[in-house]
Amino acid sequence: MINFDYARANDVADAVRQIAADPEAKFIAGGTNLVDLMKYDVARPMRLIDISHLPLKSVEETADGGVRIGALVPNSDLAYHPIIEKRYPLVSSAILAGASQQLRNMASTGGNLMQRTRCFYFYDVATPCNKREPGSGCSAIDGINRINAILGTSEACIATHPSDMCVALAALEAKVHVAGPTGDRTIAFADFHRLPGDTPEVDTNLKANEIITAIELPARGFAKNYSYLKIRDRLSYAFALVSVAAALELDGGHIKEARLALGGVAHKPWRNAEAEASLRGKAATPDAFAQAAEIALRGAKGFSHNAFKIDLARRAIIRTMTQAANSTPQVQSSKKVR
Amino acid sequence: MDEPVSRSHFRPEAVSKPREISITLHVNGDRRTLSVAPWTTLLDALRERLQLTGTKKGCDHGQCGACTVLVEGRRVNACLTLAVMKDGAHVTTIEGLATDGALHPLQQAFIDHDAFQCGYCTPGQICSAAGLLAEGKAKTTDEIRELMSGNICRCGAYPNIVAAIEQAMRAMGGK
Repeated sequence: MINFDYARANDVADAVRQIAADPEAKFIAGGTNLVDLMKYDVARPMRLIDISHLPLKSVEETADGGVRIGALVPNSDLAYHPIIEKRYPLVSSAILAGASQQLRNMASTGGNLMQRTRCFYFYDVATPCNKREPGSGCSAIDGINRINAILGTSEACIATHPSDMCVALAALEAKVHVAGPTGDRTIAFADFHRLPGDTPEVDTNLKANEIITAIELPARGFAKNYSYLKIRDRLSYAFALVSVAAALELDGGHIKEARLALGGVAHKPWRNAEAEASLRGKAATPDAFAQAAEIALRGAKGFSHNAFKIDLARRAIIRTMTQAANSTPQVQSSKKVR
Repeated sequence: MDEPVSRSHFRPEAVSKPREISITLHVNGDRRTLSVAPWTTLLDALRERLQLTGTKKGCDHGQCGACTVLVEGRRVNACLTLAVMKDGAHVTTIEGLATDGALHPLQQAFIDHDAFQCGYCTPGQICSAAGLLAEGKAKTTDEIRELMSGNICRCGAYPNIVAAIEQAMRAMGGK
């Protein structure tokens, strides 16, 4: 870890002022990813601005029936919050599928969005990586790429976004509230994370001088018919090979609205509007889900060690959608997939 | 790969004189004031500065749980926590669990169930289990296993660790 300086931010405006004044500075909240990246010499900020004491720790229902989550609410508190458990169980389930309770106690809601990829080569400073060192090349494309992406990849980068919570937030169409030097703005969740293209070093559309202040969930929480299924190389405390967030609104046996987001397969939580639209008005059957899966995975491209993910994702979509339709969501403490 | 991509770990130009910051930690009930560099982790502060070596350094990357301590009663990885960010906080380590010479029910249960072999992960396992009991979310064996998954035991004492936690849970009134 390099030597660095440390300062606390007194309020949101002060945090924005401090980050705008120092391009070599970074915000720190939970620190679960940033401190780790600094120990590996991947992140090398000259100065850390501690935002962990800012008053962004409440979960409040909004006037239009949604919920506003402060950016500094710890992941564990959010997962177990009574409003989230009752109205947005997909969010609770996705959070509890990720990390460990120690890390969830530390990690913040906003920081979860800002996690960087877990691609082995991004962490290994002895190897080329376009995300870490733009222009140096991608070691994963012809390397050990079992955990890498199958959708939305580029010749420059095949990294995935590691979050579970973000997959649920994408499915629910959350909004990200941010503050910057010129005021506040709102970013739709689908527009927050980026695909790698030829600038894989840029993970998100958050500007360097902006800070996340809150995540807003819309009124519709799909609490009756949802499931989050995470498939990984061990049964707990590992990043997803493939994960699926499924949410349905049913009218009898027919689908009024469907949401489907995938984790572990792309540089951002992966949604396909056509796949979701294909389900509307249809009976909630495995055949319909299989058809949606085909559309969602259109264009998927496997690499030397991860082509299995395409079929794994297809089956996981059908299974998770079926769990949602039957109101039998995957229980994260049970390792049996029903 | 003609040119090595890696850079040196230490950048002397980054901070010419390490700026030490004075912080106060309430560790196991004792008020301790110390000066730390910004990059000092809570784990290193406890072990190297306060000589509380019960908390172990395993992976030092938040993957093994050996460094688990309680900060304001919540279990965290001390290896990923910067000490300067916890100025004023109450910290409980394995050294602070026994009261007046009487073992904490978890410590007694780990002995009763032989819930360790080499013992290196044990302080983290016990502190993590203390956090788990305080949270009150684990009711079943499956839930204990899932909510203890942040603590790795390479000797593989998991069945006995789960049995010990279940005993302590009963002893402490099913909390």
